[in-house]
Amino acid sequence: MAAADNKIDALGQFELHPVLGPLGAQLHLSQSVLYMLLSSVLILLFLYLGMRPRAVVPGRFQAAAEIAYEFIYDMASDQIGHDGKRFFPFVFTLFFFILVGNYVGLIPGSFTYTSHIAVTAALALMVFFLALIVALVSQGMKFFGHFMPEGAPIAMAPLLVPIEILTFLSRPVSLSIRLFANMVAGHVMFEMFAAFTIMLGGLHLIGPVLGVAPLIVNMALMALELLVGALQAYVFAILTCIYLREATAH
Amino acid sequence: MPGATGLRRLGAQVAVCLLAACVLAGPSPAFAAGMPQLDFHNPLTIWQVVWGAVIFLLLYLVLSRSALPQVASVLDARRGRIEGDLEAARTAKTGTDRAIDDLRRARRKAAAEAQANLDRVLQDAREEAAVRTREMNARLEAEIAAAEAQLAQERTRAMGALRTVAADTAQLLVERVTGQPAGRSLVESHVDGALAARTA
Repeated sequence: MAAADNKIDALGQFELHPVLGPLGAQLHLSQSVLYMLLSSVLILLFLYLGMRPRAVVPGRFQAAAEIAYEFIYDMASDQIGHDGKRFFPFVFTLFFFILVGNYVGLIPGSFTYTSHIAVTAALALMVFFLALIVALVSQGMKFFGHFMPEGAPIAMAPLLVPIEILTFLSRPVSLSIRLFANMVAGHVMFEMFAAFTIMLGGLHLIGPVLGVAPLIVNMALMALELLVGALQAYVFAILTCIYLREATAH
Repeated sequence: MPGATGLRRLGAQVAVCLLAACVLAGPSPAFAAGMPQLDFHNPLTIWQVVWGAVIFLLLYLVLSRSALPQVASVLDARRGRIEGDLEAARTAKTGTDRAIDDLRRARRKAAAEAQANLDRVLQDAREEAAVRTREMNARLEAEIAAAEAQLAQERTRAMGALRTVAADTAQLLVERVTGQPAGRSLVESHVDGALAARTA
């Protein structure tokens, strides 16, 4: 799919196409949906099979499931505060939906649904509206007071209020584009260097030797992407927690 | 555990089926014009969001209703067990401390009693010895007194005998020297006078 006619098709990997035959076409199923489903099943398997022994002294698998639980639980309760427990399942779902999506996407030949702006924007808008609704319910009209920073002179209001509103509205934009751009960039780089390997590999005798260089780069990229995948999921989750804390704070 | 095996097998089957479907979905057609992510003419772009929302909601429901509470119950059970064990250990320690205190107190009490007994026994022995000494002294004094009395008696008797002997001797001497019998009463009065002079 790459390097055909010495052209690198770095974006083809993000293309959606129908799956599962006529039924899939009718239901508008794409490989993206399949990978979301796969990720969800993996998350549930991880928890159910991990916690199956219900051991007091956990084995490795159970310890991993417990660490995952406690990591998000601590994040939610530390960041959100007294309401953290209420939003913990949501933050957990969000974090692992993104994390597993990022990681499953790293398997060569697979698809990364977090590299689609429509998906990340939907997630970001969900967080944005959830925080907005929670803020309106718990703070009422007082919520709009936050657009005027406390202690600032009233004369500055015409300048400050639009800035604050813009900042608030830009949250879903930054949230969605951060994840989307990171994933796209990583996978484009993979594709580029993989294509280099194939192109260099075709160069007469010296080709196979030269082709090793981009391969090594790709290996380093894989390490980087493992970091980025976790980091982006973490950033998304922690920003969600921060927005929810602001929404629940009185 | 047949349940665990069954669940594991079912889970593995589901995962394998999904993987197979993902692989069968095949590679993307080459050369998209522009970013495929921004191709909103493709209905799949929006439909993946719809399906994603459904999947996310289902995942959220299963996690929040079943999977996460299960983890929480295991963690709670462990916390409860650890706290229970700690509580038991604390109780045991309190009991041990109390037992050690009791032991120490009992030992101190026993030592004090033993000392008291020893003191009493020593006191008794001392008193008994004193009584015995006193009794012995009394007996010895009585014996001494008796002996002295006997001595005085013997001495008196001896003195009595001496007077008789002296009178007899004097009478005999007078008879031998004078050749005539001497009056007994006269001799005795002279002897008495001589004895009194000697004693004085």
